[in-house]
Amino acid sequence: MAIDMSQFYQVFFEEAAEHLASMEALLLSIDPVAPDPEDVNALFRAAHSIKGSSGTFGFQDMMEVTHILETMLDRVRKGEAPLTDDMVDASLVAGDVLKNLLAAHRGEDEADRPAAEAICHRLEGLCRALDVPRQAARAEPVASPLSSMQPELLRQSAGFDLLFTLVGDVGGERDAFADLLSELRQLGTVDVLEAPTPGERHCHLRIVTAVDADALRGILDFVAEATSLRIEPLAAGAGDDEAYGFFEDIPEPVRADEWRSSDDAYGFFEPLPASESGRGVAEEAYGFFDEQEVASLLARQQAAEPYGFFTELPVLDAESPVQAVQETAYGLFEPLPVMAEATSPEPVEVRAAEGAPAPAIVAPSPAARKPSARAASAGDSGSIRVSVEKVDQMINLVGELVITQAMLTQAAVNVDPVICERLINGLAQLERNTRDLQESVMSIRMMPISVVFSRFPRVVRDLSHKLGKQVELKTIGESTEMDKSLVERITDPLTHLVRNSLDHGLETPEKRRAAGKSETGTITLSAYHQSGNIVIEVGDDGAGLNRARILAKARERGMAVSDAMSDQEVWQLIMEPGFSTADQVTEVSGRGVGMDVVKKNISAMGGRIELDSMAGIGTRITVRLPLTLAILDGMSVGVGPETYIIPLGYVMESMQPERGMMKSVSGVERLIQVRGEYLPVVCLHEVFRIPAAITDWSKGIMVVLEADGQSAALFIDQLIGQHQVVIKSLEANYRRVQGIAGATIMGDGRVALILDVPMLVGMARRVLPAAA
Amino acid sequence: MPQAAHTTATQEPEDSGAVQELLTFTLGAEEYAIDILKVQEIRGYDAVTTIANAPSFIKGVINLRGTIVPIVDLRIKFSVGVAEYTPFTVVIILNIAGRVVGMVVDAVSDVIALKPEQIRPAPDFASSVDTAYIMGLGALGERMLIVVDIERLMLSSEMALVDEAAA
Repeated sequence: MAIDMSQFYQVFFEEAAEHLASMEALLLSIDPVAPDPEDVNALFRAAHSIKGSSGTFGFQDMMEVTHILETMLDRVRKGEAPLTDDMVDASLVAGDVLKNLLAAHRGEDEADRPAAEAICHRLEGLCRALDVPRQAARAEPVASPLSSMQPELLRQSAGFDLLFTLVGDVGGERDAFADLLSELRQLGTVDVLEAPTPGERHCHLRIVTAVDADALRGILDFVAEATSLRIEPLAAGAGDDEAYGFFEDIPEPVRADEWRSSDDAYGFFEPLPASESGRGVAEEAYGFFDEQEVASLLARQQAAEPYGFFTELPVLDAESPVQAVQETAYGLFEPLPVMAEATSPEPVEVRAAEGAPAPAIVAPSPAARKPSARAASAGDSGSIRVSVEKVDQMINLVGELVITQAMLTQAAVNVDPVICERLINGLAQLERNTRDLQESVMSIRMMPISVVFSRFPRVVRDLSHKLGKQVELKTIGESTEMDKSLVERITDPLTHLVRNSLDHGLETPEKRRAAGKSETGTITLSAYHQSGNIVIEVGDDGAGLNRARILAKARERGMAVSDAMSDQEVWQLIMEPGFSTADQVTEVSGRGVGMDVVKKNISAMGGRIELDSMAGIGTRITVRLPLTLAILDGMSVGVGPETYIIPLGYVMESMQPERGMMKSVSGVERLIQVRGEYLPVVCLHEVFRIPAAITDWSKGIMVVLEADGQSAALFIDQLIGQHQVVIKSLEANYRRVQGIAGATIMGDGRVALILDVPMLVGMARRVLPAAA
Repeated sequence: MPQAAHTTATQEPEDSGAVQELLTFTLGAEEYAIDILKVQEIRGYDAVTTIANAPSFIKGVINLRGTIVPIVDLRIKFSVGVAEYTPFTVVIILNIAGRVVGMVVDAVSDVIALKPEQIRPAPDFASSVDTAYIMGLGALGERMLIVVDIERLMLSSEMALVDEAAA
């Protein structure tokens, strides 16, 4: 057992984080007055899973917290106690503590021990509070003093049958047995069912204890023959946990022999009783355990590296026999309730089975079990975990493939289509396949934005409590997909925007009432795709931005502002560094750091941010982001000997200017009239000092660009074509270049630079006064 | 590299404890040497994509098997020789602190091994190369090698290869 467990840690960390996230989501959605039994079950399962795996991996601190949490939830789940607001709050705090502990184990954070202890006490207090009425009403037996620290564990799942043959060469077998008994009795209550005699060295003990099978094995290893030892989780020992009766049906003598011969299996591969339904479950869920050979092989591996590789086996149903196997095995098979449920074809049926009262669960009907087994197998193949690194490498390689393919296509331009018909057909097919491949590889990185949105209910809940505001959060378009790296990077800016809306946007209930609005404010988060962009909107129905106050504040700070500025321009002011219109600095916001950082982060992602506001109606902040950071639709343009790529998203139109369209200001032709609008002109060859470029307006091309709500015309020599290009970083080996957003590799293997359009458009605005 | 082996055998005593292997190259009539461990590969000079508003010694960027690599012409930077590009012009691709940079030189000569005592400190003198980047002058018979601390040079702010913040 001395195998390094750390190789499984990563899996544990990821799963625990998932469980914590689903727990939080459930807690936030749950209605304490009338909780959905299924939600409570799911909560319990999540807590139970974390407890089980943290115990396995030796993260004692996490196990302690989840244990108490689980105890409390179990009461609620069984209907012994009503769910209260206090419990939900305490559970949320416990979730936070667990996150902190998890981060600490990952080495990312300091463990906050006092907080962990505090929440343990709080949860214990809640449990005790439940005990009082319960004991008075039902006078149920209380857990033994020994287990006072972890009553639930003992009560719930700590019975074992120990079957072994005493080692022959231990002098005086009786003595060894007596020693063993006294050792075991320190751990819990022991019943001797079969004591060894001088002739027959076989023993059968029954123990009810708080320690797990591993610990027992550690003790027994010294006195039992290695091949004979069998520790079997005992259903009956778990007194009131209804599902365990299942094991008692096992035809004991036969099984015992079988398992003795098949090495030190733990007994949780135990073939289920030969009733038809039971077999069905066993086959569908664990088909590969059927063959004795495999089972014993697995069992041996199991002994060497406890449970790690079973963690993915999703088992749905907390009350089902399969789950009972798990529970007695200390939850070492990680159920993935959320995933499994998502992929379950018949979740409703499963729930019906779960929600059924206890008697029905002791003898589940075949019909009720089948779906859970099917769901389990469906969840099994539903997804795989792959490191982002591998995916990125694949994306890079596909990018190279696209370049190679383009190179081939270009090389084939000059061949005779009649002679080389097959070659050309092949190349056309290659192009299609490459594009398809690229698309599917890119989609691997796509994640639904719900990953980000799901954290906001909590943010809003906490913050609205703190600020004394009533807020309803609406989310729209959660399934909109975007690149994983964007998802990660958008989280912080979005959180900031939501907090801002809550703090500054929404008014207090009194003010809202006075304004004739409903007391509950609404924050709307929505996401959707729009022409190659993902658009995320954070809207509130609050007071709106105060134009006069922003202008006053700007003047105070010595900014150049005038009353003639458009609303758009005024709103943009609040994204200046250090700008805050809040009257007082609160805990939440108002220090004036924020919006500028948000803006910076979003433009670093290649996105834009826009503000719309109306006094008394509300404010809407719109964030536009590219779908992915890796690939872009571009228009290649030529200037002199150079080729540049303009991201297509910025291009409005292109035209060949006529003499009359150019207008001069102070003798310099720097404006072009396009359909009644005057646009500033940026000459790319001037900006980049490119020699041998066309300078005659009528011979070149004007490309009208729009960025940050402003337009400008870019003067270039010629349009070359439209490509999808793989964005390569220029900064990896070089540095940032003004006016260049990145680089890409063209079909001929040459490097082309991608223009930084927002910067060029901004340049037009800035250069204009100087030139005029 | 048989040539390198030959040089080492004839000119180096058996003690190889502190021996440093250097790649020598010529710029005009001068011979320079850099730590061979910083060299990734040597290739011919291809067409580059020029970068706007870059200093004259930064020729531009090339595509090195999918990586965008900036190319520096040391002849222009050090003001030695004539910066012409012939089929024999050589680019030494360096890997410095995780960054890949190419430098144009007139020719690559050989790989030599120098013991520390063969590298004399460079006297302070006025040159287009800041003496701070010269580790010393290597004596190899009649030849004088200018041993350059290429990592320090390439990461220096005067090469303008890295962002100010990173440098």
